[in-house]
Amino acid sequence: MAVRKLAPEELQPESFAFSSETEAFAEQQIAKYPPGRQASAVIPLLWKAQEQAGGWLPRKAIEAVAARLDMPIIRVMEVATFYTMFNLEPVGKYFIQFCGTTPCVLRGAGDIKKVLEKRIGEQNHVTADGKFSWLEVECLGACCNAPMVQINDDYYEDLTSENFEKLLDDLAAGRPVKTGSQIGRNRSEPHDAVKTLQDPSLYDGSQIGAWRKRFEEQAQPAATGEAAAATATVPEAAKAAKPAAGRAIESDAADTPAKRAKEGEAPVNPTDQKEAGDASRATKVEARTEDAAKPAPQSGKSYVASPGKDAVPTSPTTPNAGTPPAEAETRRDGSESKPGVTVDKDNKTS
Amino acid sequence: MAKIIVDGVEVDVPAEYTLLQAAEAAGAEVPRFCYHERLSIAGNCRMCLVEVKGAPKPVASCAWGVRDCRPGPNGEPPEISTKSPTVKKAREGVMEFLLINHPLDCPICDQGGQCDLQDQAMAYGVDTSRYHENKRAVTDKYLGPLVKTSMNRCIHCTRCVRFTAEVAGVPDMGAIWRGEDMEITSYLEKALGSELQANIADLCPVGALTHKPEAFHFRPWELTKTDSVDVMDAVGSSIRVDSRGREVMRILPRVNESVNEEWITDKTRQIVDGLRLQRLDRPFVRENGRLRPASWQEAFATIAAKVKGTDAKKIGAIVGDLAAVEEMFALKLLMQSLDVTNVDARQDGTVLSPAYGRGSYLFNTTIPGIEDADAILIVGSNPRFEASLVNVRIRKRWRVAPPPIALIGENVDLTYPCEYLGAGADTLAELASGRHSFLEKLKGAERPLIIVGHGALARPDGLAILSAVAKLARDVNAVKDGWNGFSILHTAASRVGALDLGLVPGEGGLTAQQMASGGVEVLFNLGADEIDIAPGAFVIYQGTHGDRGAHRADVILPAATYTEKSGTYVNTEGRVQMANRAAFAPGEAREDWAILRALSEVLGHRLPFDSLNALRAKLYAAHPHFAAIDTVQPADGASAIQALAGIGGTPGRDAFVSPVKDFYLTNPIARASGVMAECSALARELKLEAAE
Amino acid sequence: MLHDRDRIFTNLYGFHSPDLEAAKMRGAWDGTKFLLEKGRDWVIDEMKASGLRGRGGAGFPTGLKWSFMPKQSDGRPHYLVVNADESEPGTCKDREIMRNDPHLLIEGCLIASFAMGAHAAYIYIRGEYIGEKHALQRAVDEAYAAGLIGKNNIHGYPFDLYVHHGAGAYICGEETALLESLEGKKGMPRMKPPFPANMGLYGCPTTVNNVESIAVAGTILRRGASWFSGIGRPNNVGTKLFCVSGHVNKPCNVEEAMGLTFRELIDTHCGGIRGGWDNLLAVIPGGSSVPCVPADQIIDAPMDFDTLRNLRSGLGTAAVIVMDKSTDIVRAIARISYFYKHESCGQCTPCREGTGWMWRVLNRMAEGRAQKREIDMLLEVSTQIEGHTICALGDAAAWPVQGLIRHFRHEIEKRIDDYAANPHSESVMIAAE
Repeated sequence: MAVRKLAPEELQPESFAFSSETEAFAEQQIAKYPPGRQASAVIPLLWKAQEQAGGWLPRKAIEAVAARLDMPIIRVMEVATFYTMFNLEPVGKYFIQFCGTTPCVLRGAGDIKKVLEKRIGEQNHVTADGKFSWLEVECLGACCNAPMVQINDDYYEDLTSENFEKLLDDLAAGRPVKTGSQIGRNRSEPHDAVKTLQDPSLYDGSQIGAWRKRFEEQAQPAATGEAAAATATVPEAAKAAKPAAGRAIESDAADTPAKRAKEGEAPVNPTDQKEAGDASRATKVEARTEDAAKPAPQSGKSYVASPGKDAVPTSPTTPNAGTPPAEAETRRDGSESKPGVTVDKDNKTS
Repeated sequence: MAKIIVDGVEVDVPAEYTLLQAAEAAGAEVPRFCYHERLSIAGNCRMCLVEVKGAPKPVASCAWGVRDCRPGPNGEPPEISTKSPTVKKAREGVMEFLLINHPLDCPICDQGGQCDLQDQAMAYGVDTSRYHENKRAVTDKYLGPLVKTSMNRCIHCTRCVRFTAEVAGVPDMGAIWRGEDMEITSYLEKALGSELQANIADLCPVGALTHKPEAFHFRPWELTKTDSVDVMDAVGSSIRVDSRGREVMRILPRVNESVNEEWITDKTRQIVDGLRLQRLDRPFVRENGRLRPASWQEAFATIAAKVKGTDAKKIGAIVGDLAAVEEMFALKLLMQSLDVTNVDARQDGTVLSPAYGRGSYLFNTTIPGIEDADAILIVGSNPRFEASLVNVRIRKRWRVAPPPIALIGENVDLTYPCEYLGAGADTLAELASGRHSFLEKLKGAERPLIIVGHGALARPDGLAILSAVAKLARDVNAVKDGWNGFSILHTAASRVGALDLGLVPGEGGLTAQQMASGGVEVLFNLGADEIDIAPGAFVIYQGTHGDRGAHRADVILPAATYTEKSGTYVNTEGRVQMANRAAFAPGEAREDWAILRALSEVLGHRLPFDSLNALRAKLYAAHPHFAAIDTVQPADGASAIQALAGIGGTPGRDAFVSPVKDFYLTNPIARASGVMAECSALARELKLEAAE
Repeated sequence: MLHDRDRIFTNLYGFHSPDLEAAKMRGAWDGTKFLLEKGRDWVIDEMKASGLRGRGGAGFPTGLKWSFMPKQSDGRPHYLVVNADESEPGTCKDREIMRNDPHLLIEGCLIASFAMGAHAAYIYIRGEYIGEKHALQRAVDEAYAAGLIGKNNIHGYPFDLYVHHGAGAYICGEETALLESLEGKKGMPRMKPPFPANMGLYGCPTTVNNVESIAVAGTILRRGASWFSGIGRPNNVGTKLFCVSGHVNKPCNVEEAMGLTFRELIDTHCGGIRGGWDNLLAVIPGGSSVPCVPADQIIDAPMDFDTLRNLRSGLGTAAVIVMDKSTDIVRAIARISYFYKHESCGQCTPCREGTGWMWRVLNRMAEGRAQKREIDMLLEVSTQIEGHTICALGDAAAWPVQGLIRHFRHEIEKRIDDYAANPHSESVMIAAE
């Protein structure tokens, strides 16, 4: 039943030795793992050996990896046969792994398979010119872009019989091809209908630091011991999952859907919702300009390694946005009132 | 200790017990395939599922600890059920899965009648199959001359993989591919490179791995089972000899925690054909340079004629490696009555002698004691091939928590990493003088163990080396109250018994080597086949096989092997054990003591016993410790080490060389075995390959 | 619809650069040091309070999982291992995180490692994700170069992060199999106990988390547990990446609030069901491992752990596989069965033997070449696997089959009847005359 098998003897090369590049790679990989745990690098090394041997793993390569990692050969053999991406027989120059699992089938993988059968023939069979071979594999994890295939290292998504035929033509002719979606999608967004992530304030840096206000406000009552009491009521263990009352960080400072809900608003701010779709929204840009005039509140004590930025504006949509999120004095006092928290007063690390 | 309720019975078990062990303690039987006491826990067969009160699903009892169970809400002990309907259903489900791809070939399967799957299918299987698809076909694998495979039958319990990797220490086997295509194999189906490989066929719960030499020869229920001990090395493994009629059919290990746990070497197991082949089945007498069959009377008369005309000083006796204590005792008495002092049981020339006390030649630490050692030095020995099961113990000790282990002698793979110090006595001297850091480790150890092998002792300067080792042992405080870390590793099954009997040259007597090289005119050879006897002397060979000894003999007295007589053997630890008769010697061959008794009469010095019991009565009167079967009489270590250390002398510079050149061919029985010959040839091949 | 500002993965669609500078502009690495200075207990308490449940499928509370790590090291190092072996059919969310928002993940690794006293973390990425591996490695290198992680980083907490690449085995998504694989062995799950928090990678305390669970940590800590727990429904809080595939007009990944209804999810983001709502047959709501739910039950169901569990299915990885009425549901499930047969590691009996059996029977049923009594037999076989294996793959293989029989038995029976009514010559038994 096993379809995978070792390549026949006549295809096995006489010998296999690590190239200097492979050897350098091996050293670098082994260094990732604690001393004596070099066996952890077996998969990366088999990958590299497969690459060096032209897309498949000859027996000698398995033995070379075993020797390099000081592992019994059978253990490496076990690994090489367990993981399906190690090809134990030669493959085509373009090795096509065709995803045949249900999500792709629902989107028409059957048509793609027909193309493969027509153009290349049976699975695990290299075309006469050595250019193609294909294999039906299990879910490749690009289900939102189904159907898809992986050719060598790259994914080709949103296939149809037509564009896949063209893709194969281009590959065969050595023309450049486009990886990823074949119908013009960027990633896995809804094709031509992206409604989310339109708010420009997400990308202009205006959100940076906005969250700190929460901690400042907490720091205030902390002086009276309130925060300590609140902390003590943090629900423990599994119960934490419930949004129980008395949460320590319950704060009106943040504009959360929960708060909005509490206030009788729709959880999602209708204004926001409207604005979210409006790309040209210039919401409170003026607020930012006001901030920008100040020195960046954190630049002196930034926890963010972005010294190049001279202004870290806060979110204009947050109430009290004008308050610098971290007035050093306030925060420091608050922090110091909690034991076990050290603040880098001399600001050496930033 | 922890309390646990098993099927309503409350038992108190150690907290580290698994549920399976706890269930057994409570008397509940739990079926299992993959679980084995001496291997790591795999938990993959899922046959041992039990229900734990409060757990959402049944758990694998082999892997679940008693301490992993939660007590009840009011602190009641945890409760498990091994017989509930859920458990029964789960096991029936697993059994069905095991059977769907298992061939229905029990009638032609050698495991039939001793098959765990068969037995448990009786309890948990159903008589019909609901599986109407094609069964899986798996190609059989070649694993060497000892293990036959039928991989369709494999249930993937991985006991064999775990055994080779964990106990045998040769990671040769593995499970390749995955899912239902998983296959057990060695790398490219190479023969396994372990001297313990046949144990995997014992471990296999089904008929996937069976013993190749035994294939299709018998059914287990046809066999008569006799408990006995092995004589292939000085370990004295406990074995069971299974025979049918006159013939020994197979040899199996018997559980003996003190010696071999439950493993035996391939040599112990598969010399069975050697018991049959090349046998001496009648007396022979040399006439005109050729051996001719003769009657016992003729043979005895020839001997008597020769002995009567020879001065006692020119008569000698040597004893081989497989002799039991009884015949050695008889020989000793006979020689005493002839006033012969040329008696020696040390054909390899070892320097060990009862003169320095019993503690000077025993493996004083004992085999289980190895597990307590916290630093080990091996001098002049290759325990892997001289005493494989001692090596298994050292490996077992190493697996628990690696102690420092060092080796002086041949640089060999012992299956565990050890520090190689050097090849010979020079290194020993360097170590003793503190020029090796290993001395610190020995000194720092609470229970250091020094193992001395015959590579260091069976040589002219052996005594000086032994003395040096004894000094070292004294210096590192290896012998003290409650611990004797000075241990001699023997290779011959007869040797310790012979030394206990005092079968060494008496005053003015000649050693075996001197006798063999022309020191005597009449030489009585009791099964010594590992020594060359120079031309000239008249040699009486009493033995079992047409081997070297028989070829050089002038009279041959056919005797019985260890499976054909009741005999006492003392292993390297000094453990007295009894081998029992499982079959009869072929033809006119007789038990050794009886031959000697009959010969004594012809020689006019009738030995004072007429039965084996009478012989033993005499023996026990003279040497009471032989009566304490299965025990070790501890020897006085301190005085022995003192005596040895006082000898002094200058060791030579030669490297230590193990006396075992070819593991598979160390004695006449093994050399007669075709299976051993095959193994030996294969091992040579593997060695060559490795050397490439 | 979830407000954009409440989305954590702001570069989910890769319209912006995944680079460090751009990531920082989006808020990654913002005040990480400040968060770490709040202390280990604070981080864990905050994660617990946030109600985040593991995003890898089982839904175990993440903060609680972190708290299982020993507070004091007994000399053994601690490890964080991030499970990026995203292989559950239907699931393709972690891929987008790793190639578009890798810095959220890397920052999360630092925070999580800090919280559990780990100074090294491994990200185990599935073998097929080669481009993603490069993207992630590039981001890790960037983080090292910027001194954000490494032995001597600006956060004052020595921390090394390594990307480890797998080679094609679904089972390595099981946490202990992943650890085995990371140790250079076959990906065969270990038995528990001992749990990884005691004996994990190299025998050291280890926590294995899904990519998404780790990547959201930074944002949760910044914006507060109450923010996160305020989204969604009780016990099923926060935002979640949904991967919608199959018969919708616009399949996509989208970050949404937990507990929005299936209808909302599809209508808002996916352009509706292909052929309209009346054309919906069934939905597999949480990746191939969970049983399918027929149209009428799913349409207005909130997509969260508890609701779907009550529908005898599960949220799993929130990989929503939509099937319209053109789907051959028996064949679709048979193909999933093949998947489990292919991916079974072969270690323990019920799964090794049972997955192949189920697939073969289902394959025949898809043609109708079966007996009706075999439907019950199949169901029984699936229960014989379920709960009897070392890891959850056995359960995962059994559930889709059980779901099929529960909801579409009539379909199988019809298939069998049709086949019997049109006998095919090759399988007709000719009576002996």
